[in-house]
Amino acid sequence: MPEPSPQKDAPVILETRAITKIFGGLTAVSNFDLSVHAGEISSLIGPNGAGKTTVFNAVTGIYRPEEGRILFNGADITGNAPHRIVARGIARTFQNIRLFAAMTCLENVMAGRHCRTSAGLWASLFQTAGQKKEEARAVEIAEERIRQVGLWKARNDLAKNIAYGSRRMLEIARALATDPTLLVLDEPSSGLNPRETEDLMDFLKDLIHREKVTILLIEHDMNMVMGISDWVTVMDGGQKIAEGTPTEIYSNPRVIEAYLGAADDEEN
Amino acid sequence: MENKAPSRFTTIFRSGRHSLPVILGIFILYPFFAGDYYIDIAFFFGIYALLGLSLNLVLGEVGLFDLGHAGFYAIGAYTTAILNTQFGIPVLLLLPVSALAAALFAFIVCSPIIHLRGDYLCIVTIGMGEIIRLALINNPFDLTGGPNGVFGIDFPGFGTLFVIDSSIKFYFFIWLVVGLTAAGLLRLQKSRIGRAWNYIREDETAAGAAGINVRSHKLLSFVLGAAIAGAAGNIYAVKLMGVSPESFTFWESCLMFCIVLIGGMGSVPGVLIGAAFVSLFPEIFRPFAMYRMLVFGTVMILMMMFRPGGAWPRKRGESAFSPLPGKARQSDA
Repeated sequence: MPEPSPQKDAPVILETRAITKIFGGLTAVSNFDLSVHAGEISSLIGPNGAGKTTVFNAVTGIYRPEEGRILFNGADITGNAPHRIVARGIARTFQNIRLFAAMTCLENVMAGRHCRTSAGLWASLFQTAGQKKEEARAVEIAEERIRQVGLWKARNDLAKNIAYGSRRMLEIARALATDPTLLVLDEPSSGLNPRETEDLMDFLKDLIHREKVTILLIEHDMNMVMGISDWVTVMDGGQKIAEGTPTEIYSNPRVIEAYLGAADDEEN
Repeated sequence: MENKAPSRFTTIFRSGRHSLPVILGIFILYPFFAGDYYIDIAFFFGIYALLGLSLNLVLGEVGLFDLGHAGFYAIGAYTTAILNTQFGIPVLLLLPVSALAAALFAFIVCSPIIHLRGDYLCIVTIGMGEIIRLALINNPFDLTGGPNGVFGIDFPGFGTLFVIDSSIKFYFFIWLVVGLTAAGLLRLQKSRIGRAWNYIREDETAAGAAGINVRSHKLLSFVLGAAIAGAAGNIYAVKLMGVSPESFTFWESCLMFCIVLIGGMGSVPGVLIGAAFVSLFPEIFRPFAMYRMLVFGTVMILMMMFRPGGAWPRKRGESAFSPLPGKARQSDA
């Protein structure tokens, strides 16, 4: 399969138009525009405190931006509740992995099926045929996802008892179980060793070729950003300072000044 | 908690499939060998089991600190007492009515406070429970009888054909309701709703980001929990043939809280153990009644130190899902 040509004919799947988010007196994100094209891997980079996670939280409904609009597939999703945004097809992971610690890996992935299933209180109480069928199908899909991320053997282990790298993959499996069209990953490689990061890159590349999914990620690992991104947007001080293909970004003097020069400090 | 070796007690009960019929047999035969006094103790054990199950839905499954649960219990009891004494509606018919009244009340009162987290919600629910109790004492519209309460409730029954009027009948009545409730809750635990509750308990933000409607599921747990507490209130009121505000104090809410904490959050068998502890313990150690609170406190502290998951925590693993019919489990790849 040929590499998709970046930013040409692929339609825009996610767009933020001049979003601004203010915390007290601090403007975390100001007047920020972002376009994510379908079928690509886009990265959002920038030094610590640039406002990247705030953009993610606005996109996924955790924060409501003070100004601006967020469009997903052309529909305005600004200020929608997180579960509605998931139902529309945006799934996310967190920078500091957030799993359901005391539940099994399979149950964790099952969470992603919730918004694609509909059994109500009575169906669940009386275990109707429809509910049983739906439940069986949900388990099946969750099992497929858990196999896909290579955690089949750990499926009945509690999420808190598996290794750190596995937890990252489990969180991705949970996001994938929602059948997303846009996968939003907040620093997926943080805390992973080089080998695991390599595996993660291969996994994401494979995913984007096999499924109709678009990926937006925040990343600190420059090798990863340059290695898998089709498009890179750079933020600093809550604003966009540059965007382009990885090669363009690599040689952009403003980016080097703002970001690459200070890249060696880790966030959290 | 889960990876610690199970206590001898739980091993005995989990080891055999025989344990359930044996326990059931003891439950059925017990009232035929025990005196009325001891049957009544078992009845109140049942009431506490039902109350424990109802709070477990809110506190155990969803992790919402509700210290005003006695308020819902009171609403169920007073609904039955007032409607029966004023309008002569049969009390058995009032069982679902009381449950609905408490559920409706929970829906109205909890809707605006449901977004509160942890201790904030706890404080508001304490206030709610106390307001209900004080309102009952103040005798609004001359309905609640003030501090004296309402007396003269009929026995439950189907006309004159079958009337629940003896200790033994009440015993079977309450345990039938407990059994049905427990069966329903066990099924909910294995459904998407039960799992959604647990996801919210584990991490509310992650649950929302995974597609769970946090607000509506929290509200559902409160409404269902209140409905069960309201039903318990109905049975309690008809057993005592009357209600008074002192049955629904803050202390009662605390006892329900203890049942869930001692038994194990989100565990149905755990709640039964917790209810047994709370209701049977004071009877068994009646001669040492003076030291009841001391023992109670000590047990709570020891539990928190050595068994924070409760006496019988819910086991998680393959059993979390009902076995899939007609589909062989995939082998390890």
